[in-house]
Amino acid sequence: MPKRALKAAFPKTLPVMAGYLVLGFGFGVLLTSRGYAFWWGLLMSVFIYAGSMQYVAIGLLTGGATLISAALMTLMINARHLFYGISMLEEYRDTGSKKPYLIFSLTDETYSLVCRAQVPEGVDKGWYYFFISALNQSYWVLGSLAGSLTGAMFAFDARGIEFSMTALFVVIFTQQWLDARDKRPAMIGVVCALVSLLAFGRERFLLPAMGLIIFCLSVLRAQLDQGVKS
Amino acid sequence: MALYPLGLVAVVALVTALIRFAPFLLFPAGRQTPACIRYLSAVLPYAAIGMLVIYCLKDLRPLLMPYALPELICVALVVLSYVWKRSTLLSVVLGTLSYMAIVQKVL
Repeated sequence: MPKRALKAAFPKTLPVMAGYLVLGFGFGVLLTSRGYAFWWGLLMSVFIYAGSMQYVAIGLLTGGATLISAALMTLMINARHLFYGISMLEEYRDTGSKKPYLIFSLTDETYSLVCRAQVPEGVDKGWYYFFISALNQSYWVLGSLAGSLTGAMFAFDARGIEFSMTALFVVIFTQQWLDARDKRPAMIGVVCALVSLLAFGRERFLLPAMGLIIFCLSVLRAQLDQGVKS
Repeated sequence: MALYPLGLVAVVALVTALIRFAPFLLFPAGRQTPACIRYLSAVLPYAAIGMLVIYCLKDLRPLLMPYALPELICVALVVLSYVWKRSTLLSVVLGTLSYMAIVQKVL
């Protein structure tokens, strides 16, 4: 039974494989270029397992962010996972002992595969979702391990590699911008961050920016809710 | 020495897991999720990514040589290539390699 589920799940994960291997590799190289041993990348990819947040975590580590602001930053960036969980409540019911892992490993990419997954006839649902989730994480872990080892073993000129994080977020921003009917939430994020950056400076602007964003989103809720629903 | 990074990784891992588990713990089978949670989880991703783009670009000095040109050129490259091909991978690799080439070879 699990073998059949694995056979059915593997081809579905191929699109994620390329992305995770490359982005994971970039993450590993970036982390080791900041002076962290290779196993830090492994540790983070196994236990945090949240692509964009791991890139941000490198910045938090090197910038010496407090644990509180790291927690708030994580809350803010990964809040979207609440939405994924809410939409998978029904589908992940009755998956038994695999359920905790399915929930732990519900990243953007995994969600994009499981949210519209048609479990093939005669394949166990729990095992099918388990293999999709576990294969995806194995790509991410392998990619970041390869990147960390490469970064640790070969002394190459890594100047500029940090731009991979900027590029990743610019891509996600563009993607959301093109897909969103209502552009105001994205604009609120940019404008509040800019205002906060100018007011509080580079070192301290993130927390006020988050507060300002939550405030603006709450104030504008009556109007924005419409845009979200339509 | 390693205590701080360990603590930070643990906090990020814990909060991430907490967010992922929260819906399943708070809303077991069939119970309605509060409207404000659904609202925030729908709009926050857009605002948060917008904020992160600014976070990535916070160290730019547009008034000093080289006037933030490497970053601006490569951000434009990322956006245009993404609009054109819609491939995250292509745009990230292209943008990063271009940026590395500029800061290593040109400047």
